[in-house]
Amino acid sequence: MVQNDVTLRIGGEAGMGLESSGAAFAKALMRGGLQVFGVPDFYSRIRGGHNFFTLRAAREPLQSIADPVHLLLALDMETVRRHAGDVVEGGAIIYESREELPDELRRPGVTYIPVELAQVSRDVGGDEIMRNTLALGMAASLLRFDLAYLENIARENFARKGDAVVDSNLRVIAEGARLAEPYMTDYPFRLETVPDQPERILLNGTQAFSLGALAGGCNFVSGYPMTPGSGVLVWFAQHGAKYGVIAKHVEDEIAGITMAIGAAVMGARALVPTSGGGYSLMVEGTGFAGISETPVVIYNAQRPGPATGLPTRTGQADLLFMIHASQDEFPRMVLAPGSLEEAFHLGWHAFNVADRYQTPVMVLSDQFLADSFRSIEPSALDFAAVVHDRGALLTEAELDALTERYKRYAVTESGVSPRALPGHPNAVYVTESNEHDEYPRIEEDAQNRIAQQSKRMRKGEGMRGDVPAPTWYGPPAAATTLVCWGSTYGPACEAVDRLNAVEAGAANLLHFSGLEPFPPTAETELRKARRKIAVEGNYTGQLESLIHTHTGIALDGHIRKFDGRPFRPEGILAALEEV
Amino acid sequence: MVTRDDYKIDERPTWCSGCGNYGILNALTRAFVEQGIAPHEVIIVTGIGCGSKLPQYMRVNGMHTLHGRPWPIAQGAKLANHAMRVVMVHGDGDGYGEGLGHFVHAVRRNPGVVELVQNNKIYGLTKGQFSPTSEQGKRTSTSPAGSAELPVEPLALAITQGATFVGRGYPGDLKHLIWLIGEALQHPGYALVDILQPCVTFNKPRSYDYYRDRVYRLQDEEGYDVTNRSAAWERAQEWGDRIPLGIFYRVTPGPTFDAQEPVLKEGPPLVKRPLRKLEPEQIAALLAEYG
Repeated sequence: MVQNDVTLRIGGEAGMGLESSGAAFAKALMRGGLQVFGVPDFYSRIRGGHNFFTLRAAREPLQSIADPVHLLLALDMETVRRHAGDVVEGGAIIYESREELPDELRRPGVTYIPVELAQVSRDVGGDEIMRNTLALGMAASLLRFDLAYLENIARENFARKGDAVVDSNLRVIAEGARLAEPYMTDYPFRLETVPDQPERILLNGTQAFSLGALAGGCNFVSGYPMTPGSGVLVWFAQHGAKYGVIAKHVEDEIAGITMAIGAAVMGARALVPTSGGGYSLMVEGTGFAGISETPVVIYNAQRPGPATGLPTRTGQADLLFMIHASQDEFPRMVLAPGSLEEAFHLGWHAFNVADRYQTPVMVLSDQFLADSFRSIEPSALDFAAVVHDRGALLTEAELDALTERYKRYAVTESGVSPRALPGHPNAVYVTESNEHDEYPRIEEDAQNRIAQQSKRMRKGEGMRGDVPAPTWYGPPAAATTLVCWGSTYGPACEAVDRLNAVEAGAANLLHFSGLEPFPPTAETELRKARRKIAVEGNYTGQLESLIHTHTGIALDGHIRKFDGRPFRPEGILAALEEV
Repeated sequence: MVTRDDYKIDERPTWCSGCGNYGILNALTRAFVEQGIAPHEVIIVTGIGCGSKLPQYMRVNGMHTLHGRPWPIAQGAKLANHAMRVVMVHGDGDGYGEGLGHFVHAVRRNPGVVELVQNNKIYGLTKGQFSPTSEQGKRTSTSPAGSAELPVEPLALAITQGATFVGRGYPGDLKHLIWLIGEALQHPGYALVDILQPCVTFNKPRSYDYYRDRVYRLQDEEGYDVTNRSAAWERAQEWGDRIPLGIFYRVTPGPTFDAQEPVLKEGPPLVKRPLRKLEPEQIAALLAEYG
């Protein structure tokens, strides 16, 4: 039995460096020609607790993690306790044997490899902090993976700490390989290097979105740290100076969105990264952007809530909130990327839409998409396709030619009023939060209200042409269609593949990355599907009700998940049997 | 040459007859003219309240925003286009109530923004509730038994948080207010001008009669040193029979928030930079981080 789709899990306490070792091993596997998909599972704490990192690698591209674990690296007994049950027959558990393994944790068919990880690391490398490296050395060896890739990563990662640190890490890796030797013959799973593979990069959703936004000309970012949205703020804080982006960590989320609006009124392409709780504070600001017709992009990496909820975990329960946030009505776009490629694409598309319609655009990610990473070929991020469209922005020449008093909120057929950036002598005007006439003067007249509100809402018509249409995955006219949005896409795709592997034409999938305005093609596409099952990460079925509201179509069933953990193909398949 | 006519607009304010805001509007316009600032070179960021409608009553760029939020909006505007002058105008409910947090944080950053506060010590537009600067015990519709809170001390607060220009004006002394706003506009950093704005409808006890007999000019005081921070802090809290006006504190500021921004160290304002597609070398460098 040799399998090349292998899941490795490393677990321990917060502070043990699990995320960085997981990322290091993932990078080594990727450079060895394997495709990887990794997901951190962390508690919201700095020390203690139980954290783990799941890393799946295979020869073929991966869209999700999977449930079965082939190799468990347990830096503490708690990891064995929680995850031994996930280890498949033939799998192995390398565990810290400082503490004795209780008999009830022994499972038949699983090889238990006791190692005094901390002690050996101290003896060989001089510090128990290297126990992860020791475990990874053992893992690489057991999986027949070329140690040289792991050694190179250690050299790169520790170069700035000096030769001594590099050498200790290399010694620890070698010791790991030696300790694993006796178990190699019986261990059946392999992650051998795959030669002649194209160069790949390892990216998470935070990075893919940030790269897209940067490529799209984002030049102003203001926000307040909130997991899991902080990643985008941090990314821009670290890259901003080099690429001409002002990135500010400000006093609170209200300042985050309003500072961005202030910059956007002047002409910046402004982005506000946050998570749902932070966005809750931004609701009034969103309304101000709506009535003042200011383009701004809001990025919400969802986590389960409400209030503090599960800070480091995932969910998809902010959809209707984002669509309806703020009092009264104004047009907005809500986008939800389902993959790294979409996160990149929507990252720049959002800015064009915001400028074209002078209104807020929201990008809904979640912890799963933001933090999980996947190997992709660089060409998957289509930089060549990026365009910068600033919409109806008056040029210097057009402003010079103005003879009448400029009307910032001119009533037009499309609802879009040609926009002057403040600073030109011919276009002196006020950006107005009260209802206003075209100039704008503050105006409460009923006819004027109808004219201005209708003008703003008319922009929604044009936006319907710019909202991404739902996309299909899998064979046409399948017996069952999974209907999903956002990050559920990856695991659902794999579920579809597995169903079709058993029975051709069993399943396909309709994925929504554009949700507001509701995509005009949705009804036609949905009517092509036979048995329609919604798969989404919330309690009430938000996409399902959105579909029903807009099309009158009632889906045939649903799979809903709100435990804070990402969908996995196995979970979808099991739930599908119950629908 | 900039003239008062440049700022003229055919728009009648919604303010009561005798409102202190007329004087503030007048003084601000004249200060702009005296400083040679044209309407398109400045943007006035206001909050919500009677006074915050001010940019509607002159021909000028403005942002009439949200209650309590003019601060971050003004800072965003300044960062995006630091060639524009950014002036904030708002009331005490805005700046010292709903937006007090933004106020304190903004002062710490020394943004290149001038702030004028129409401090009438009452909520006017919502018809007379006590404000953050109302004196303790003030009886209003929402404090029938008298307000419990001590008033916010904005000038002392600004000095504490590192402001380098702190002043107080009064529209009853128009000439002095024009001069004071002019000095603030010349300050190469954040400048706060708190203005005692009589509200003739909802805060009659704090009308012109009250202030006329009490205000005095700090700059007329012999030996008053505007660079003495402790003295300024003490004067900032003087209230009662004598109420000081003028510049309480003025020292040379450090670099402003926008000047400290690495992206703005050289080159034109952010919004004057054309959007460029990433160069192939830039893309390669970015992706190399993940290889």
